[in-house]
Amino acid sequence: MTGGVTQVEGAGGAGLTPWATITGYGTENSYGANVFYTEAQTRNFTLRSTGAAVGIKNRLELSYAHQEFDTGDTGPVLGLRQGYKFKQDIIGAKLRITGDAVYDQDSWVPQIAVGAQYKKASDEGLLTALGAKDDDGIDIYASATKVMLDKNLIVGATLRGTKANQLGLLGFGGDANDDYQIEFEGSVAYMVSRKVVIGADYRTKPNNLSFAEEQDAKAAYIAYFPNKHVSFTAAYADLGDVALQGKQDGLYGSIQLGF
Amino acid sequence: MINLQKIILSAFMGLSLTACQTTYNPSETLYDRLGGDSGVTAIVSGTLDYTLKDDRIAHTFENSNVERVETLLIEQICDLTGGPCEYSGQTMERSHRGLELTSLHFNALVENMQKAMNDNDVDFSSQNDLLAILAPMHRDVVTK
Ligand code: HEM
Repeated sequence: MTGGVTQVEGAGGAGLTPWATITGYGTENSYGANVFYTEAQTRNFTLRSTGAAVGIKNRLELSYAHQEFDTGDTGPVLGLRQGYKFKQDIIGAKLRITGDAVYDQDSWVPQIAVGAQYKKASDEGLLTALGAKDDDGIDIYASATKVMLDKNLIVGATLRGTKANQLGLLGFGGDANDDYQIEFEGSVAYMVSRKVVIGADYRTKPNNLSFAEEQDAKAAYIAYFPNKHVSFTAAYADLGDVALQGKQDGLYGSIQLGF
Repeated sequence: MINLQKIILSAFMGLSLTACQTTYNPSETLYDRLGGDSGVTAIVSGTLDYTLKDDRIAHTFENSNVERVETLLIEQICDLTGGPCEYSGQTMERSHRGLELTSLHFNALVENMQKAMNDNDVDFSSQNDLLAILAPMHRDVVTK
């Protein structure tokens, strides 16, 4: 009944955070799949994320995403070359544990899923120089999502254990902290019509690198579903300070194709 | 860039304002908002019209008395939405037993009902209020 979009790390969800739903329009006897492309333009940087996910029998979701964080003209300011790109690959799996976000309208019990995202960043040498301990890491998370049809609302919350610096683009763990941190992610979406959803996401992040403080990320978006197979999302996102370049906010666009 | 941000933000504000304006008269039941007797009748008959032309689910009605289903579904929705009716049919579990329905079938029927509600100018919030009442029946209707 309700198709979500793909979050920035490839899992089915809202822009910044996973939902407990399994991606696509698959059901317990079928499969769903989608591909997405997202680009966020902040003051100094461009973040591109592209990937695909499959939903299997409304139980298991497998996803892949490739992210590039383009430093553009700011590269040389950071002592990197012009247009230097931090990159990472993310392989994700999400398992629905219980509940159905849509059908169980007569109870408060949300749909609950657990997931893991294995992330591998590029350029270990540079990340180590920045203070990161590793160039790869695994995030684990639990998400709860509820569609409240009679309020036209979708609410979601995720707890994530992670060591990732800036989603993992700046490596994992760091000189200031090398332990897993529990982070919170929340998302609220209001269904304006069958084709339009507006919403907001919030996501806390660890602070592992001593050279640059990391802040929470936020986004407010409008998503348009002209039909069941395409969606467009436009958002305003604030990723917080990144690499000492001040607040990185800007516009974010995403397109998704799926079934 | 800044201008685009302003446009998007004002689009948000516009939408949230229209969202807040959809308040209903508290004495009005969902039944009223669906258009009362004639509204519910038109929604159900529209849903079944779409369904009998829908390759995904038309076959499930092959051996059934569609008029009976129509009458009882009108009565059931009237009953559940605050209308002056009392449902006199079988339980959802019993009437769908043996049909081997899946979520795909269920979702297809819901889509057809959404189309029928659109045809009858039922507003989106009232549509979702009705779907919120029907959605839990998935548990009894879908057996496969
Ligand atoms: C919330 C969803 C549904 C509601 C409220 C509903 C309601 C009803 C009602 C009131 C009846 C008549 C019961 C009686 O004969 O006493 C009925 C029968 C029937 N329904 Fe549904 N139904 C739902 C879902 C579905 C779905 C998804 C399908 C198939 C795609 C379906 C196919 C049928 C068929 C074939 C019959 C006739 C069974 C027979 O011949 O005895 N229903 N339904």
